[in-house]
Amino acid sequence: MYDVAIIGAGITGTFIARELSRYKLKVVLIEKDNDVANGSTKANSAIVHAGYDAKPGTNMAKFNAMGNPMFDKVCEELDVPFKRIGSFVVAFDDEDMKTVKQLYERGIKNGIPKMEIINKEQVKKLEPNLSDNVVGALYAKTAGIVGPWELAIALAENAVENGVELKLNNEVLNIEKLDDGYKIFITEGVIESKYVVNCAGVYADKINNMVAEPSFKIIPRRGEYYLLDKTAGDFVNKVIFQCPTKMGKGVLVAPTVHGNALIGPNAEDLDLNSKDSTETTSDGLNFVQESARRISDKIPFNEVIRTFAGLRAEPDTGDFIIGESETAKGFINVAGIKSPGLSASPAIAKHVVEIIEDLNDGFEEKEDFNPTRKKVIRFNELSDEEKNELIKKDPRYGRIICRCEHITEGEIVDAIHRKVGATTVDGVKKRVRPGSGRCQGGFCQPRVMEILARELGKDMEEILKDNRGSYILTGKTNKGYDNKSAKELIATSVEE
Amino acid sequence: MLQYDIVVIGGGPAGLAAAIAAKKNGVDSVLLIERDRELGGILQQCIHNGFGLHEFGEELTGPEYADRFIKELKELNIEYKLNTMVLDISENRYISAINTEDGFMTIKAKAIVLAMGCRERTRGAIKIPGARPAGIFTAGTAQRYINMEGYMVGKKAVILGSGDIGLIMARRLTLEGAEVKAVVELMPYSSGLTRNIVQCLDDFNIPLLLNHTVIDIEGKDRLKGVTIAKVDENRKPISGTEKYYECDTLLLSVGLIPENELSRSANVKIDPVTGGPIVNESMETSVKGIFACGNVVHVHDLVDYVTAESRRAGYNASKFVKGELYEEKDTIKTNPGEGIRYIVPHMVRVKNVEDSLELFMRVKDVYTNVKMRVKSGENIIKEMKKRHLAPGEMEKVKLNLKKIEGKLDDITVEIVKEGA
Amino acid sequence: MEKREMICIVCPVGCHIEVIEDKNDPSGYIVKGNKCKRGKEYGIKEVTNPTRIVTSTVKVNNAHLCRLPVKTNNPIPKEKISECMKEINKVEVNAPVEVGEVIIRNVLGTGVDVVATRDMC
Repeated sequence: MYDVAIIGAGITGTFIARELSRYKLKVVLIEKDNDVANGSTKANSAIVHAGYDAKPGTNMAKFNAMGNPMFDKVCEELDVPFKRIGSFVVAFDDEDMKTVKQLYERGIKNGIPKMEIINKEQVKKLEPNLSDNVVGALYAKTAGIVGPWELAIALAENAVENGVELKLNNEVLNIEKLDDGYKIFITEGVIESKYVVNCAGVYADKINNMVAEPSFKIIPRRGEYYLLDKTAGDFVNKVIFQCPTKMGKGVLVAPTVHGNALIGPNAEDLDLNSKDSTETTSDGLNFVQESARRISDKIPFNEVIRTFAGLRAEPDTGDFIIGESETAKGFINVAGIKSPGLSASPAIAKHVVEIIEDLNDGFEEKEDFNPTRKKVIRFNELSDEEKNELIKKDPRYGRIICRCEHITEGEIVDAIHRKVGATTVDGVKKRVRPGSGRCQGGFCQPRVMEILARELGKDMEEILKDNRGSYILTGKTNKGYDNKSAKELIATSVEE
Repeated sequence: MLQYDIVVIGGGPAGLAAAIAAKKNGVDSVLLIERDRELGGILQQCIHNGFGLHEFGEELTGPEYADRFIKELKELNIEYKLNTMVLDISENRYISAINTEDGFMTIKAKAIVLAMGCRERTRGAIKIPGARPAGIFTAGTAQRYINMEGYMVGKKAVILGSGDIGLIMARRLTLEGAEVKAVVELMPYSSGLTRNIVQCLDDFNIPLLLNHTVIDIEGKDRLKGVTIAKVDENRKPISGTEKYYECDTLLLSVGLIPENELSRSANVKIDPVTGGPIVNESMETSVKGIFACGNVVHVHDLVDYVTAESRRAGYNASKFVKGELYEEKDTIKTNPGEGIRYIVPHMVRVKNVEDSLELFMRVKDVYTNVKMRVKSGENIIKEMKKRHLAPGEMEKVKLNLKKIEGKLDDITVEIVKEGA
Repeated sequence: MEKREMICIVCPVGCHIEVIEDKNDPSGYIVKGNKCKRGKEYGIKEVTNPTRIVTSTVKVNNAHLCRLPVKTNNPIPKEKISECMKEINKVEVNAPVEVGEVIIRNVLGTGVDVVATRDMC
């Protein structure tokens, strides 16, 4: 019997797992996919919001405001890229300036520090590439950018290091109430747990309905993005928002922690059966491009290296749903964690631990909890001397596998052998970035597969791109040529 | 710190020819740096024939073509480092590079020849919407898996782009037992060689869909199919013409991009049209002592032309090292006129042209029965009748500068239609 | 056969040519649409005895790669491509191999050899 079973290894699930791993508890983290951070966590704006946006009094406002200042410590402890670069909400007319003013006031109510309203000249000085039509902006200095999936992976790794059990490739098929907990039917069998935490993202309603009264729906709200080459990475220095609308914060332009530029998202509500529809659409991408042009008509869209889409878990209640279910004791929903979910995640995790602690009448802290994880070697960020020393110690750091991002074999091998290590091409990419550059894996994918196969003792053909079923190779060559139509053509070409 | 007279970056056909030419012209201290585990570059995966007609007067396969230069390089005892990645080049010709044996090294060169080649345009760059499953490959990556690693990439394929790599891969996949359902081309003409259309598609009954493109991709984990639509004259999909093709593989052959990250690190000026460095008659870039050649300068159609151009770069790099290149103040420019997309070289220091000046260029559209006119200033200095010109084929114009009367002015090449 | 249409591949012009059977012509055919003499030769060859060079790979052991590129050292009849591929797929060689080394002698009795197109050690 586990003390706590967490369903879903996205940013909230991994954060809660890590926070629970501080205590003497038996915790299991269950994930349907073959890797952590495979849903909304890997396809979002990667922004730690300052917290002025949400309506005062909502969970979103509360946890965003609380979560934002918590990033420095956790990212430091877990060696995750995080930069507090600040954000602008830019205004293009008087109407927008009114909104900017409202946001500022809301921010004050939400307890957000370091905000100011600045004029056109100040905007242009800090962001010379922005449109001349900008009339002013709300400048929130505490906003930041982070690597969301890197954070979730690091949290999972740290949680596992501290004793949490991770069950990948396990979908929750059903949940039954027991007298003193829950019976959870998963792909590989049945487990029992005293408490269940539902962090199932867009599927949180489905999980809730297995054991509790249906009380909310999660609508998959799709957002499409462009990722630009690093050559365009300094197009803006801060996160640039437009004034928000009913459908969200609108199309933004932001640098990423790795030095690319990110543009998006649009917002499109899909039906409840489309919870894995992460396709991009030409309408969506065109809309993003058009909307972004308001921010600047100089955005170098010819430098696009990737387009992608993610789903936000939009609750029909309009706010994060966090707390014990009224109809299922010991079953805690952490649902509808849409934007600013990432920003709120550290505070949500802390709060969920408190909920469970209350239900359990407290728990005991581990003496040997280790809040840090082994540093990640990022070869490209080392000095020349450090590079030289490292290669002497381990020659695998002298072999560049990813030409675009300068990722070495040593880094890839490390990513595979860490706890919660990479097992797929995208898993390696999420952790250490080969294939994230301008050639998008054209050169390095065969090499990465070779290393994965070697390190995991598998055949090349078994290596997956991403989730189950995403095989890359379909067998060996020299198996035969049996193209009927072509053969017929060849056979008849002379007789004619 | 290591020191060489000439460091060549890239061991493909361009780098090989440049290093050989430099050595043959009397510079002994030459180092060639290759990031892959063997020399030859992309030629090693181009196992089809058709290389070397200009250079050797015979049809060779890619590996055979490479082999001749690799052997010559070795016979000339030119030093080379494999598995070595150049991380950075500075304007004053310091190179930082790493490999497993030497670790991190700094190399000072009197002259550098950039020969890094090009990379393939990806799906992201052409923004095809849809899902992002496994089974979408650039044609060159698929070629590597099949021809060098011995793995198949799929069973039923659609190929987007009818450039030569796409056509070659259509045949290759077919011969290895896959079914190629169609080759889809956005433009009204193929950018591949006619002989490849005949021998790679027609021979195997593979349809070539001109004026079509892929507008949607289906499949969550592995590709399940693509939707293809006809496009109008503005290259926009025409509603109602969509057709679904079931396939597990989509190969992209949608263009090549010169790989100039290192050139940029050395502050080499890049021509936005070619995507490569701006070069002069000696294949020297805007940075003194840094030369460039091959696909890093502009994407070539024939490797033979890469060799010729790179030989010139290597030869001139050696002249530079020996102090034999004239730093002439008044240079003339080459201007792409009507119908011409670009001309390489971009600038000419006339004094450095030894016998004749060769201009390489690409046209903007398909032309039949036109004249190609070369002007010095306003004077027509050469006119050639051209039965057929296409953007997929590089055009070469040879000018004997000594025969041109009067002072040479900026050179313009233009297409003149019949009757004009 | 009475008439066949094809694209001439002798040069980049790519003439659309027609090859028509004609007993009166010494060659037995007349060719239309070709802009030069070589087009006629090509057209007649394509209808009488079309040939192609075949390039592929064979399995190779003890080398840094597991495939060795090969080619037919002369064109073989087009209708034999499929059979030739079958022969190529049967072969397994051991490194070292040198460029030009014969991998299959006289493939399918054509008098053409399948040869290695690179060194492999």
